[in-house]
Amino acid sequence: MIVEAGQVHGFLGPNGSGKTTTLRTLLGLIEPNGGRMAILGKEVPHHLPEVAGQVGAIVESPQFFPHFTAELTLSLLADAGGVNRARVPAVLDLVGLRDRAKERVKTYSLGMKQRLAVASALLKEPKLLILDEPANGLDPGGIREMRTLMRDLSDSGMTVLLSSHILGEIQLICDSVTIISAGRRVTSGSVAEVLASHRSGMVRVRLETGVDLLDAANALREAGAQVTLENDHFTVANASNPALITRVLAQRGVYVSELTPVSADLEDVFLELTGTAPVAGQNRQVDESAISGAKNGWGQ
Amino acid sequence: MSLARAETRRLFRRRFTSVILISVLLILAATAVGSFFSTEKVGETQIAAAKAEAEANYQEAVKTVAADKQRCLTENPGNAAACDWPDPSPSDYDYTWYMPETFNLRAEYPTMITLLAVVLAGAAFLIGASFVGSEWNSGGMMNLLLWRPRRLQVLGTKLAVLLGWFTGLTLLLGALWTGIFTFIATSRGTTEKMTGGVWQSFGLTGLRGLALVVVAGAVGFAMASLGRHTGMALGALVGLGALQIGVYIMAQLAGAKYPEAWLAPMWAYAWMFKEFEVFDYNSCNFSADSGCEPDKFVLTWQVTGVSLAVVTVLIVGASLWAMRRRDIT
Repeated sequence: MIVEAGQVHGFLGPNGSGKTTTLRTLLGLIEPNGGRMAILGKEVPHHLPEVAGQVGAIVESPQFFPHFTAELTLSLLADAGGVNRARVPAVLDLVGLRDRAKERVKTYSLGMKQRLAVASALLKEPKLLILDEPANGLDPGGIREMRTLMRDLSDSGMTVLLSSHILGEIQLICDSVTIISAGRRVTSGSVAEVLASHRSGMVRVRLETGVDLLDAANALREAGAQVTLENDHFTVANASNPALITRVLAQRGVYVSELTPVSADLEDVFLELTGTAPVAGQNRQVDESAISGAKNGWGQ
Repeated sequence: MSLARAETRRLFRRRFTSVILISVLLILAATAVGSFFSTEKVGETQIAAAKAEAEANYQEAVKTVAADKQRCLTENPGNAAACDWPDPSPSDYDYTWYMPETFNLRAEYPTMITLLAVVLAGAAFLIGASFVGSEWNSGGMMNLLLWRPRRLQVLGTKLAVLLGWFTGLTLLLGALWTGIFTFIATSRGTTEKMTGGVWQSFGLTGLRGLALVVVAGAVGFAMASLGRHTGMALGALVGLGALQIGVYIMAQLAGAKYPEAWLAPMWAYAWMFKEFEVFDYNSCNFSADSGCEPDKFVLTWQVTGVSLAVVTVLIVGASLWAMRRRDIT
């Protein structure tokens, strides 16, 4: 996984796939048993102390000593890290906790603790921000604020590595993504590249006016296509070779007026690559990653 | 230094620390006030009163014995031998037993030093365990390690801050304690026979007390860090108590000569008072002068000191090793 400087990079994977373990290992909380990692050009964990001051991070759910106020919590971290305490009010204001700064953390909701965690990561004005599920517990407004914040931080030159399950958010704010499953990378690249390289395989088909849709659909079904009828068109789900649709229909004297690929979103790509799409009548277990049998698509 | 400053702030901003330290001060204040009001200076007046009381009690005893003899003779006519009780002796009514309680600095201050050390050791254990245990339990340790990834430096600084402040606190309270009891002895007791050697002995007892405080703080801290929860240290303490009772009973049942020597508090006693003697009352070493003398085992402060040091090094070492090797989750 390579995160380019100045980008917002999404780090995705199903539950138990190893996202948090990867981040913990990167941050020196878990000892690696092999491989190579580097942050800001320095090999870690060996050189982690040298770069730790430039890395702001929250890992998994935010945890703080519950009897301290947010202000005290951050000022203690500032002292420990040699950061000027004067920054504390500024970051609390940035995450929307200015007015609740003098309340004990135990009175905070999950979303407020999450904001405090982000504030603690921002306190040292990091060059690299690593956020594990930062939108956990946030209300819709908070999620939008977080999105704006990430974007602003990125615009200011900060590199952001973001792990999240809210794929719509990732698609909106990330420049690039890495998707892992069962501890292994399954794809990476810019969001546009990943989406382009993993088309849904679904096409929308419209026919000339007056043609019987049902007859045409049945003809395709006989050839193995997964067809779903709509009002004035139908879709073919496993059309990895759309030319076959035109051939089958043309052989019956039916001509296509529209053949459009239905674009995939990040959620579709994620579910396909990780094999975690729900299947009717089955209870998928956490570590199951059953890649679809139609991986290669109909017609190939 | 910034980490040490942060840890000092964290230590003293915790409510638990305040509650325990205030409790310590209240216990010490109650002891000092109780000592002040329960003793008084002995002069001619007190000696005369004690002698009068001893004489009155002697006379009362003489009267009572005479009356009892008379009643006995009435009830047993012709059997005077049965009522031949010894008369009370004036030596049975030593006036010094009737003297008011007075504080003797030379004789009693070592006990007061031990009291101070034990109270502070208890506080150090609890505060040490809670200081690091709650950090682990609340996730604060992980946050801190994201800022300062050198694990041993973080844990070592926390421990050093704890022990440094407790050393300072013990020295400060020790000085105050000495001042208070010197004042009590001067105003309500006696400072007789206070030589330079006695003060030196007090100083050495105080240093052993300081070591006890440091050991208790380090062990409480290390146990809680090993278990990553305050409850680990407290549970170990309760477990040790239960184990002590079990070991003592088993040692007795097994016929061990000195079962008391297996009790940890006795080791602390030996450390503070330089030695602790235990006897095997089932044995008899006859001598013409003193009759049957039981076998004796002396637990010395040197032995207990080395033992405390070994236990402390093992537990603190284990906690440092675990900090270095175990994953932070």
